[in-house]
Amino acid sequence: MSILIIAEHDNANLKPATLNTLAAATQIGGDVDVLVVGSDCQAVAKQAVQAQGVTRVLLADNAVYEYQLAENVSKLVIELSSAYSHILAPATTTGKNMLPRVAALLDVAQLSDVIKVESADTFVRPIYAGNAIATVQTSDTVKVITIRSTGFDPVSAEGGNAELVTLSQVIESQKSRFVGEELAVSDRPELTAANIIVSGGRGMGSGDNFKILDGVADKLGAAVGASRAAVDAGFVPNDLQVGQTGKTVAPDLYVAVGISGAIQHLAGMKDSKVIVAINKDEEAPIFQVADYGLVADLFEAVPELENAL
Amino acid sequence: MKILVAVKRVVDYNVKVRVQADHKAVELANVKMSINPFCEIAVEEAVRLKEKGVASEIVVVSIGPKGCQETLRTALGLGADRAVQIETEEGVDSLAVAKLIVEVAKTELPDLIIMGKQAIDSDNNQTGQMVAALLDMPQATFASEVVVENGEAQVTREIDGGLQTLAITLPAVVTTDLRLNEPRFIKLPNIMKAKKKPLVVKTPEELGISISSNVSVLSVVPPAERQGGIKVGSVAELVEKLKNEAKVIA
Repeated sequence: MSILIIAEHDNANLKPATLNTLAAATQIGGDVDVLVVGSDCQAVAKQAVQAQGVTRVLLADNAVYEYQLAENVSKLVIELSSAYSHILAPATTTGKNMLPRVAALLDVAQLSDVIKVESADTFVRPIYAGNAIATVQTSDTVKVITIRSTGFDPVSAEGGNAELVTLSQVIESQKSRFVGEELAVSDRPELTAANIIVSGGRGMGSGDNFKILDGVADKLGAAVGASRAAVDAGFVPNDLQVGQTGKTVAPDLYVAVGISGAIQHLAGMKDSKVIVAINKDEEAPIFQVADYGLVADLFEAVPELENAL
Repeated sequence: MKILVAVKRVVDYNVKVRVQADHKAVELANVKMSINPFCEIAVEEAVRLKEKGVASEIVVVSIGPKGCQETLRTALGLGADRAVQIETEEGVDSLAVAKLIVEVAKTELPDLIIMGKQAIDSDNNQTGQMVAALLDMPQATFASEVVVENGEAQVTREIDGGLQTLAITLPAVVTTDLRLNEPRFIKLPNIMKAKKKPLVVKTPEELGISISSNVSVLSVVPPAERQGGIKVGSVAELVEKLKNEAKVIA
């Protein structure tokens, strides 16, 4: 068996989700190649070379790949695909955007958001927002899979010594053009990579009130997240959303503040190691999954918590 | 400009699903079904483009058993013009669904195909991208804003860490994220009108598409239950527990 992983990166750094995907590949077994496709991304390739368990790093470094547009990256992956039994990508917005095109062009199914490897052809994935867990088997010749990071502990980013291979294929995308981006600038860790997350819900009341979570987050070195209700109410941008339609996280500590605990939110965080809920409604469903529940007015409890840390 | 919108009938957003006792599937008998929320947003976006004079006709397609005619009527009530149902059993996989939509697109020749980013039952997030690949069209997934002008769609996308804007040449595929719009309530007269709008039924055989799948579901089980914990009486007690019992903070 031979596995191709499409690396998650921003042309400068290899993103941790790639290391979780490598862990899944290691469980499937066989040679593992990592494709780094981007522009001016040599540094990423060097990091991938050092990651544990990589046989070869394939580097496609060209200006046409700068924004990793799905149209041309999928065609590049297709050109490489005949050598592989499995093609994997992290289930990030980049992987989710691009990989289904690969599956369709190969005329095979895609298994999305796999959380467990049973064998080389059998995988476990959540459905219905994690309210049911399906075990699926595929007889497709090439197995195309996105990996949910929270299902796999990352391999070490160091100690590997893969061979670096430079690819020469240049595939342009004539029909899709990058116009611009607005990326949140934050000194805090990324939501999906954070060890501690402090999340706010509808109970925060307003976008301004969300700022009281910042002090706690800063003291804990935590990322700030939100429920869909808080996003829908316009308190915070959508990229903070944790849940079925947002990000799936599993930090060591998840502090849910003013979050009632709708099943769609629980779907995104219930694999956290320790869950704390602060809510004034003692009947809130969040308390059923919380290891430590505090029934209190968050506007008193949060500042008090910040002071106590 | 013609818009094709694909819609899926799913278990209603508010229903807490239960796994069948034989662990073969999720219980669908006597469960409230609705239009997939992201598909509803897709229909709404198409209707808004029509109201702005950008689009002239909206065709909706749904794949599944007879019940999805209700879903199509919902889409017609929101403002779509006509509907196509492709009659199949439940549980056709994304690739087959994509191929069926592609066949409809080959006859309808839409300038824009709008779909939900994912269905809240299978949570796959792949059909739109597959349709785009099979038609060799550009795509803009997870859209939070769509502006159509000069033969292209400028689409703002929700990506990890923020927003990205792409310009894609029409014809193209757009998939919706939840902040794209807020679907309207359907007024009673529109429900009545929707009943009179054209709805044709086709089969995969007529379209020449095999819907067989190489993926088999071995089991469907409930998730591991998380044990509820304890209530603490104060912030001080909480911090003490996190430090000394859970040992997750220093």
